[in-house]
Amino acid sequence: MEPEKRMDKRIRVDLNLEQNPISPFESLSEEVLFLILDLLNSNPLDRKSFSLVSRSFYKLESCHRRWLTPLRLDLLPSILTRYSSISHLNLTLCSRLTDVTLASIASLLSSSLRSINLSGSRSYTHKGIECLAEKCFNLEEIDVSIRVDLGDEVAAAIGKMVKMERVNMGRCKKVTDLGIGCIAAGCPNLKLLCVKGCVGVTDLGVKLVAVKCRKLQSLDVSFTMITKKCLPAIMQLPNLEEFCMTGCLGIDNKAFVNLKQGCNSLQALDMSNCEHMTDSGVLSILQKCPNLYHLNLASCSSVNVSILSGLKSMCKLGSIKLDGCKVTASGLKSLSNSCISLKELSLSKCPGVTDEGISVIMAKHKDLVKLDVTCCRYITDESLSAITSSCTSLVSLRMESCTKLSSEGFRLIGQHCPKLEELDLTDNDLDDEGLRSLANCHNLVSLKIGICLRITDNGLIPIGQSCPRLRELDLYRAIGITDKGVSAIADGCPHLEMINMAYCTNISDESLKFLSKCSKLCIVEIRGCLQVSSVGISVIAAGCRLLSKLDVKKCCEVNDAAMFSLARYSHNLCQIHLSYCSVTDAGLLALACLGSLRNVTMLHLSGVSPKGLATALLMCHGLTKVKMHSSFKSSIPRALIEHVESRGCSFHWMYKPFQVDFESSELWKQQSHDLFVE
Amino acid sequence: MDQKQRSSFTYPPRNNSPKESFNPNYDYPQFNSQNRTESPYTPSQFFNSQAREWDPHALLSNLSFLEQKIHQMQNIVREMIRTNEGQNCNTSELTAQRQLLTTDLTSTIIQLISTAGSFLPTIRTSLLSGNAPIPQLGSSILSASSAPSPSAYQPNPSPDYEELTKGWGENVVESAGQIQIEDLDVKEGEDVGQDGDTLPIGSYEVLQLEKEEILAPHTHFCTICGKGFKRDANLRMHMRGHGDEYKSPAALAKPAREPGSQPIPVKRYSCPFVGCKRNKEHKNFQPLKTLLCVKNHYKRSHCEKSYTCSRCNTKKFSVLADLKTHEKHCGRDKWLCSCGTTFSRKDKLFGHVALFQGHTPALPSDEVKGKNEEINDKDDSGGVGYNDGDEYLDMKGGYFSPMVNFDSFSFEGLDEFSRTTFDPTENSFSFLRSGSPDFARKDPGN
Repeated sequence: MEPEKRMDKRIRVDLNLEQNPISPFESLSEEVLFLILDLLNSNPLDRKSFSLVSRSFYKLESCHRRWLTPLRLDLLPSILTRYSSISHLNLTLCSRLTDVTLASIASLLSSSLRSINLSGSRSYTHKGIECLAEKCFNLEEIDVSIRVDLGDEVAAAIGKMVKMERVNMGRCKKVTDLGIGCIAAGCPNLKLLCVKGCVGVTDLGVKLVAVKCRKLQSLDVSFTMITKKCLPAIMQLPNLEEFCMTGCLGIDNKAFVNLKQGCNSLQALDMSNCEHMTDSGVLSILQKCPNLYHLNLASCSSVNVSILSGLKSMCKLGSIKLDGCKVTASGLKSLSNSCISLKELSLSKCPGVTDEGISVIMAKHKDLVKLDVTCCRYITDESLSAITSSCTSLVSLRMESCTKLSSEGFRLIGQHCPKLEELDLTDNDLDDEGLRSLANCHNLVSLKIGICLRITDNGLIPIGQSCPRLRELDLYRAIGITDKGVSAIADGCPHLEMINMAYCTNISDESLKFLSKCSKLCIVEIRGCLQVSSVGISVIAAGCRLLSKLDVKKCCEVNDAAMFSLARYSHNLCQIHLSYCSVTDAGLLALACLGSLRNVTMLHLSGVSPKGLATALLMCHGLTKVKMHSSFKSSIPRALIEHVESRGCSFHWMYKPFQVDFESSELWKQQSHDLFVE
Repeated sequence: MDQKQRSSFTYPPRNNSPKESFNPNYDYPQFNSQNRTESPYTPSQFFNSQAREWDPHALLSNLSFLEQKIHQMQNIVREMIRTNEGQNCNTSELTAQRQLLTTDLTSTIIQLISTAGSFLPTIRTSLLSGNAPIPQLGSSILSASSAPSPSAYQPNPSPDYEELTKGWGENVVESAGQIQIEDLDVKEGEDVGQDGDTLPIGSYEVLQLEKEEILAPHTHFCTICGKGFKRDANLRMHMRGHGDEYKSPAALAKPAREPGSQPIPVKRYSCPFVGCKRNKEHKNFQPLKTLLCVKNHYKRSHCEKSYTCSRCNTKKFSVLADLKTHEKHCGRDKWLCSCGTTFSRKDKLFGHVALFQGHTPALPSDEVKGKNEEINDKDDSGGVGYNDGDEYLDMKGGYFSPMVNFDSFSFEGLDEFSRTTFDPTENSFSFLRSGSPDFARKDPGN
């Protein structure tokens, strides 16, 4: 959009000079312009450029916008008068949201608002929600999660919204059955309810929801105190598709064994961390819910997979997560025999997974799409050969820390899995040859090859040349990578959004100059890249306007100049890690002008004085989390800290000694492996 | 009951009256459910002995004692009236007086009944021979027993005697003017549950106690001083005070059944209330299992509910234990529905809400009230208006800090446009993070 914008400006100037009032853009009909706007979704700056064309374009853009995620509250009233037909309002970035603001939103967007997300916003109470309930009669979705102090009044207010369909109250710990009962009785159209972590909710409330809200499709009761008593009612819901009960310790075998009726519509069931579930219960639920597709049994340590042999082969299960379960080769065999239509399988952190088990699975399931064998440390190239020879349609393969694999195995991946989009080879013994063969996977979107100490530019360059769709690249501690490799990536992967080059000590400003071509880049981690200086950061800031997270810890060359550039260009920056940088008060103050900034970590900034720090804290209104050295605690006035805290910011006072050097990556890897052996 | 007797006044003037005649039951062995059926007496023996020992002097002395007592009570009532008129109502004093009065009345009634009881057998002999005006006397006993406090009656000893009085009682009921009989067995389900095993009809012996017997506070009486006890063991303990002969292990031991005696037939009880499901005349007769069941059933179903809960002043009970159970949770945990119905238990409220459309659980009222007051306070001080623009502008109070530029904010929107000139810098759009749902979802910052 950049060139087009420039062109627009020029045209306007020309018209002014010629005194010609008719702009060529005026001839375009509204329908055409709306169609154009429909397509301007990838980059938020595009819409901005569009509205800058002319007044009519500006008005059209105002009418067209439906979604809004404001960064700050102070401009909200004028924004809402401009965008009067907003239907989806996301206020998660506005940490301090008062009842009055909610009331103004309610009166401004009364009929158009359909969805509002207040997750994590502080300061509002049930009165604000009541205003919404009163004015916004079309509201269908509300998210009030992560408000530990909100009680039943908020739930009661939500219960007054008759059209409400989706309610998320996760981690509202003070909500009890009464509140849930109000929602159940007041929202007959409820389709989604999440009461995750609402520890006050018991069987009674959940049961009432199941009785009253017959349209319910998705229910999340994770980490609540429910027991088997509410299950019969839930299982009688005619439309329930998704049921999540992670960490419900009150659920045990009897809950399902004694269940008379299963749920035919149920497709996804999450029972992870239900420690009291064992084989018979799982078997029973599989028999009673014939249409179950997703099953999550992660960390159900008492479940033994071999019980699945008791299942009929009619089992429709397509996705099973067995992370951290007791898995044996025979168990996997019975699993592969009974679940004939398996598409996704997760076996991460299952110590019992061996080559034999993997081979058995792979022999039966040739159309597996996703496989996760993270931390299955006993599998070797034999498994990889079994995987690659049968599952050619694999899309996602995660095998972090499978240390026994060799480059021969990786070569097989490259040869046989052309559809691979997600590949995690973190902490493997990957070398250039293996990496080069991975370049055959042209569809790669996410590639994680951190802690692969042997890879160099020779391996990375082919990836950059042949994987144009790459969006995520993790090169954490890939010490062999230099600017050359990064330049190949920057050239070949224009959609890159995330790059992690932490502790790639050979990286310099040149790399960042290349990467500034990737305009969609929003997460950049260059921690411990000692050669990177302010120049590189400035280039990135100017080139990658969407930058939202930046980690420059221990980049000692980064100074105020970088901060000035960030302050000038990076209006989306919300998280920055500045420890050990050469930033002074001036740089910090410049940075504090960024309204979007929410999360700052700044330890060991030798050039920053307590006064500068205090001023920066005062200026930066949007802060929600600040990590500072505890030595500053005494030098910053107590009242100031309290004031900043009252705006919704939390302070984390760290006490870490100043580290002069950091250990080399080889040593670091050795240490981490020793830790595992112990 | 013991306490009540102690608290009021001295017991009947036993010195100037022959004890045996004052309480006719003194002659019997101590009665409980076991030995009652084994009673060796035949009806004729029984009545003969009673008739022989009846003494008009004793009756007279008892009646004069009662007269004295009634005078005492009159004095107390006068005193109460006086204090009430004096307007210095000390409630604790008043309740104490009321309690005293209640106990006095109770004991008077007991006295009266026992006096009448001593008189009864003699009449009954005449009743057997010819028709005497017994119904009147019977109905007077009935009315006495329907006094607010549980009245007492000397326990009737033998089943034969019961047989006799039963017929007599039925007469009384009929003559008392066709009392409408309803099947008001309130706690029926509970009683059935207590029954546990359902015995086939005929495999058990049905006993029916009279209402006076059921309502009697004591079933065991001291043959020397006349004091009543609920339990035989307590009586034996009491007897030790009357002399060393009662202190022997044999006297203190539980009276054992004679070894050679016949096995006791299974006993079930019938409620004396005709028409009740627990009455043996009922076509679906369901017997009561134990004496305790009989007592509780009769009190719950056929007696006035004289115990009122002092907390809620609405719930009434006829069994003291029920009141105590109720008081344990009365007033606590009021679960309220939007329709105004209150429930003592949360699950009952949720069952109610589940049943009715449009009902919602209501939050505790005091909490809500507090919050409302808070809103009003704010309205007064800061002028919070949620409705239209004018009030809206008033909102920039002290607690409305986040919205800094409210002065420039206008509701018309058109003016706003003209004021916002095209700003070439990026800043004017910096607050807009994203325009598309897609982007918001992928935002790694969240």
